[in-house]
Amino acid sequence: MAVKNLPMREALHRALHEEMIRDDRVYVMGQEVGRWQGTHRVTRGFLEEFGERRVKDAPISEMAIAGAAVGSAMAGLRPVAEIMTINFAFLALDAIINHAAKIHYMFNGQFTVPMVLRVASGWGDQATATHSHTPEPIFAHFPGLYVATPATPADAYGMLKTSIRDDNPVLFSESIGLYPKPGLVPDDPDYLVPIGKADVKREGQHVTLVTFARGLEWCMGAARELEKEGVQAEVVDMRWLRPLDTETVFASVRKTNRAVIVEEALPMYSFGSELAAQIQEHCFDYLDAPVKRVSSLDVPVPYSKKLEDMVFPTAHKVVAAVKEIL
Amino acid sequence: MGQITMEMLLDWYRQMVLIREFEEACQHLYEQKRITGVYLHLYSGHEAIAVGAIANMVIGKDHIITAYRDHGIALAIGCDPGATMAEMMGKRDGLSGGKGGSMHLASRRHNFWGGYAIVGGHLPLATGLALESQYNERGAVVISMVGDGATNNGYFHEALNMSGVWRLPNIWIIENNGYGMGTEVERASANPILHERAKGYGTHDLGRIDGQDVVAVYEAVCAAKEYALAYGPVLIEAMTYRYRGHGVSDKQYNTRLAQELEEWKQTKDPITILARRILAQDPQAQPKLDQITGEQHKVVEEAIAFADNSPLPDTLEELYAHIYVD
Ligand SMILES: Cc1ncc(C[n+]2csc(CCOP(=O)(O)OP(=O)(O)O)c2C)c(N)n1
Ligand SMILES: [Mg+2]
Repeated sequence: MAVKNLPMREALHRALHEEMIRDDRVYVMGQEVGRWQGTHRVTRGFLEEFGERRVKDAPISEMAIAGAAVGSAMAGLRPVAEIMTINFAFLALDAIINHAAKIHYMFNGQFTVPMVLRVASGWGDQATATHSHTPEPIFAHFPGLYVATPATPADAYGMLKTSIRDDNPVLFSESIGLYPKPGLVPDDPDYLVPIGKADVKREGQHVTLVTFARGLEWCMGAARELEKEGVQAEVVDMRWLRPLDTETVFASVRKTNRAVIVEEALPMYSFGSELAAQIQEHCFDYLDAPVKRVSSLDVPVPYSKKLEDMVFPTAHKVVAAVKEIL
Repeated sequence: MGQITMEMLLDWYRQMVLIREFEEACQHLYEQKRITGVYLHLYSGHEAIAVGAIANMVIGKDHIITAYRDHGIALAIGCDPGATMAEMMGKRDGLSGGKGGSMHLASRRHNFWGGYAIVGGHLPLATGLALESQYNERGAVVISMVGDGATNNGYFHEALNMSGVWRLPNIWIIENNGYGMGTEVERASANPILHERAKGYGTHDLGRIDGQDVVAVYEAVCAAKEYALAYGPVLIEAMTYRYRGHGVSDKQYNTRLAQELEEWKQTKDPITILARRILAQDPQAQPKLDQITGEQHKVVEEAIAFADNSPLPDTLEELYAHIYVD
């Protein structure tokens, strides 16, 4: 398959652009997606190419953006709505949780909600307490909603296409820190990544590192460090928080007998808590050590640079966690 | 309303020049990477609104709250420029110990209840502050700055309605600078005459005022205060313009909007307007105005020196302080 080297931002742009061309029901809505060219430049050029019918600059009305996405999806459109950053999705939580995620079930399958809610997520650059959230697990808490968390440009490309074509609502989280990071992307407009399928990004036999989104960077960095010391880490990239591909994780843990879970988010009631519970439940006899977790520290994110730097996971912290259980 | 004396005009001039000098210094420091991060929203162009409004406050009794475009509020209410600048740099001696940064200035002593970065989020807080004033019969008013863009989210509508129902002493000042990020008011608000929203919420509509004329702002807020204490909430729409675009990440203001910006600077600069007013009353005042400018330039230089000399917080103790009340 031919490939192209693209930053994640471009991979997303391409996926969305191709789906807009492929299906007239797909439209884009959100703050600054049109005239401003997209806060994160993913919808760059769309307004000029597709016009106002399909590229809608919305007021600062997150509740209505998410709610109108639900309504138009129920009626047959395929909205790809953008909430500028995941922090502002808190204002839209009710529409997402009580409506997008529930409607198909509550009305016994009469309605479908084929929408994608794109949100930029993550911390860094001193965005401060209210603008530094990575609350994907909150959304993954609720059945009825899929949660996509790509870590590479190729996955972002294929996962966005899959999400748009699927008939279920998808919360599609894009790590702000990953937008500029390049990677090889298949040059195939029908490249799809199956929903709920994790991906082993690196094979190894001594320890399993399980992660998603930005965590992949730290895990791959840690794996390279560990390799120098003769430790082969296997890195499992979940790609989707819901559905959660536990089978791929269990298979890896049964092979390596050790697991470290790495995530950008807060530690309590998290992806790490969920997965650690499932691993001990299903792989207890295979574990040679307790399951370790690496996450952000349990604090609001402060502005000041040195304090901010203390909060977040790094490859170094992952290496340290692995060494504790080797 | 008492008479506006030359002394008052000169003091307002001083404050407005201080804000302008401070903001232009911030821009410069950001370019030099001495102020870091992704968010820095300057108040240049808006000066007359903060100064004219705050001139009506009894400091320590009346209240004020705003969004992230908060530097001008902090300075006009009397926060120390050094501590304010230290907060920009995330330093230990900053108004919030470096934890809040540019978007989250606050001063308990001045009843300046902070800058908030979730659009509209501070508006119901203003309702609550006014509730306390009414509850304890304090005779204090609450001034809230509202972005034009912020009038489109639920927070605005719910906060105003509740205040209207309970006849609370709220003064809502819409700082209509024509844009929310890149979106013109006309493209975001179905009725772009924003002050007319007052009617829907039983709120007294004081209409549109010239937000570039500090005297017009002072007089309007003076009338608003009288009304608010006697009868309930008031809304004012002050027309203004951003000189430095939305924030430091906005690269469009000096290209796409360059001509519009130049027109505002040439014909409606708040500092020039006030200088003209002063000179009309006292043709000999120019040296005094120059002296004020020189002094405020020095104040800002000293503020920068103070901030430079303050250390960055860097201990775990500081990181974990104030998550809960001890
Ligand atoms: C709920 C929410 N949605 C979106 C944003 C991103 N955002 C920050 S400022 C802004 C524009 C606000 O415009 P306005 O209220 O007019 O204030 P101005 O910046 O012009 O002072 C937007 C969309 C946010 N901070 N919060
Ligand atoms: Mg505005």
